[in-house]
Amino acid sequence: MTDDVVLRVLAKQMIPFILLFALYVQFHGDYGPGGGFQAGVLFGAGFMLYGMVFGVTTLERLFPGGAFRIGIAAGVLLYSAVGIAGVLLSGNFLDYNVLAADPKAGQHMGIIVVEFGIGVTVAAVMIAAFYAFARPKA
Amino acid sequence: MISEHLPVLQVVVPLIAAPICILLRRDDTAWGLATLATWISFIIAGSMFVEVQSAGALSYALGSWPAPWGIQYLVDPLNAFVLLVVSGVSAVVMLFARDSILDELGRERENLFYCAYLLVFAGLLGVTITHDAFNLFVFLEISSLATYVLIAAGRDRRALVASFQYLIIGTIGATFIVLGVGFLYAMTGTLNMADLADRVRAYDTNPAIIVAYAFLVIGATIKLALFPLHLWLPNAYTFAPSMVSAFLAATATKVGFYVLMRFVFTVFGPEFSFDTLSVGLPLAILAIVGIFATSIVAIFQNDVKRMLAYSSVAQIGYMVLGMSLATTTGVAAGLIHLFNHSLIKAALFCSVGCIVYRLGSSHINSFAGAGRRMPWTMAAFCAGGVSLIGLPMTAGFISKWYIILALLERGWWPIAVLLVVSSILAVIYIWRAVEPAYFREPPADAGPVSEAPLVLLTATWILVFANIWFGIETSLNVGGAFAAAESLLSGYAP
Repeated sequence: MTDDVVLRVLAKQMIPFILLFALYVQFHGDYGPGGGFQAGVLFGAGFMLYGMVFGVTTLERLFPGGAFRIGIAAGVLLYSAVGIAGVLLSGNFLDYNVLAADPKAGQHMGIIVVEFGIGVTVAAVMIAAFYAFARPKA
Repeated sequence: MISEHLPVLQVVVPLIAAPICILLRRDDTAWGLATLATWISFIIAGSMFVEVQSAGALSYALGSWPAPWGIQYLVDPLNAFVLLVVSGVSAVVMLFARDSILDELGRERENLFYCAYLLVFAGLLGVTITHDAFNLFVFLEISSLATYVLIAAGRDRRALVASFQYLIIGTIGATFIVLGVGFLYAMTGTLNMADLADRVRAYDTNPAIIVAYAFLVIGATIKLALFPLHLWLPNAYTFAPSMVSAFLAATATKVGFYVLMRFVFTVFGPEFSFDTLSVGLPLAILAIVGIFATSIVAIFQNDVKRMLAYSSVAQIGYMVLGMSLATTTGVAAGLIHLFNHSLIKAALFCSVGCIVYRLGSSHINSFAGAGRRMPWTMAAFCAGGVSLIGLPMTAGFISKWYIILALLERGWWPIAVLLVVSSILAVIYIWRAVEPAYFREPPADAGPVSEAPLVLLTATWILVFANIWFGIETSLNVGGAFAAAESLLSGYAP
């Protein structure tokens, strides 16, 4: 498949837009449909497309499996950190009101950071699952 | 400041420790972190248990959203008791885990294993502590999905099939629960359990409510492996790593039992469950048939882990039987057995784990001569067996005593006689493992075998002593169970 010029050129053109669209879904999530889960899957799909067209080993040279493992953990930890921040700022766990001086701004901030955490973990899990199936068996 | 956050920290501590485990190096640090998180959870559960007994239920509003709208954590006498059991037994089993898991899994996947373990642990605690019906389903899925990973970690390749089997049946169970919650939400527009309890009364015998009830009860009985929905359990316990069998036998089915009680008593209320729908009788019949059928099947097993797994299904029958009586003594007896059976099965699975550690197999033939070669391990196995059978001075006796007491209270004395008979079946299957250990010579070609390492023995013996301790000093298990039963049945008489 790596020799198919049409596929390679098209994929190269499309991947930046897929990633950009993922970021749009991510950060527009608090105004319209979207959010971390959908954005994470889209972001992961961009990488998978690259992996399928240019080969898993090429993708792995760019992003080794260990990097995704860190991503999986980092997203969950980011989410929990927001929850703990609520406790430390004398609110309850996951209380966004106390994150900023103005409760409305606090809610805004809280949901964006939490959704970003979800996005990171979902994207990393999607790519890790792709690796698990597509990587040539050792 | 920290004390008011205890209900959420109970779940959050292992939940945060889990992803950190992924990042750790492949040495004992992952185990150390998992053990630390488990012990912190145990201390939190213990302090909440004390606080609930003295000051009443603790409530926690996640994200500060007030109760009927936001997710509420509520620690009342019932789930304080279950949290204590789950976290306490896990804390001891974690001491057992390090050597046993290193032996059966190796360094390669060790940190991922502890990550999955912590997710199961956090999920089970979350199911127990939450007062939100949908949140309960979410935690149940967290713990179930991670449980499949733990079971698949067994060294035998059949562990994968066992795990897949459990995945299919477990997913059906979880789907039933979410369907039941969906029906309730469609009818009442609320997910908070106390709020649901208030609103569900108004619908009386509306078909949608009855369908919701059926989905929830069957979903929960799949999760707790009540006969005849237990078929996933024997393979899962047999092929999982030793520590996982001990951990799951002591916690997962117990939390399933808690879920059943929570829906039957708190959400729908005993009047609806036992008077309007009279669900007590079918549950009692399934429990009794299950006790006998699975005890008899256990007698014919040649793998000791498999035998103990079938025995677990029988013991679940005792718990459900107690609950199905819908009296304070009956419900308390079910909860006492939940507590005691956790200790019994953890002790038994840990001692079999010691055998597997040294002899590499849990087949009855590999027990031959183990009584002389591994005296401490076999002594622990015998003590656990005695407690399972229910001889006086052990925890198992206390359970059976209260179940029989509850049956006599209702005048069901033929059933009480049957329960005594069923104990004889337990004598037979435990004897099948004890007999070769003490009365048969080890195979001639067997190499020298020494006693299990001190760490494994210490963990096993802590559980054995707990069995004896709670068979003599019963204020914690019996007192806690009665407090919970009274809170569930307040103002109800069958």
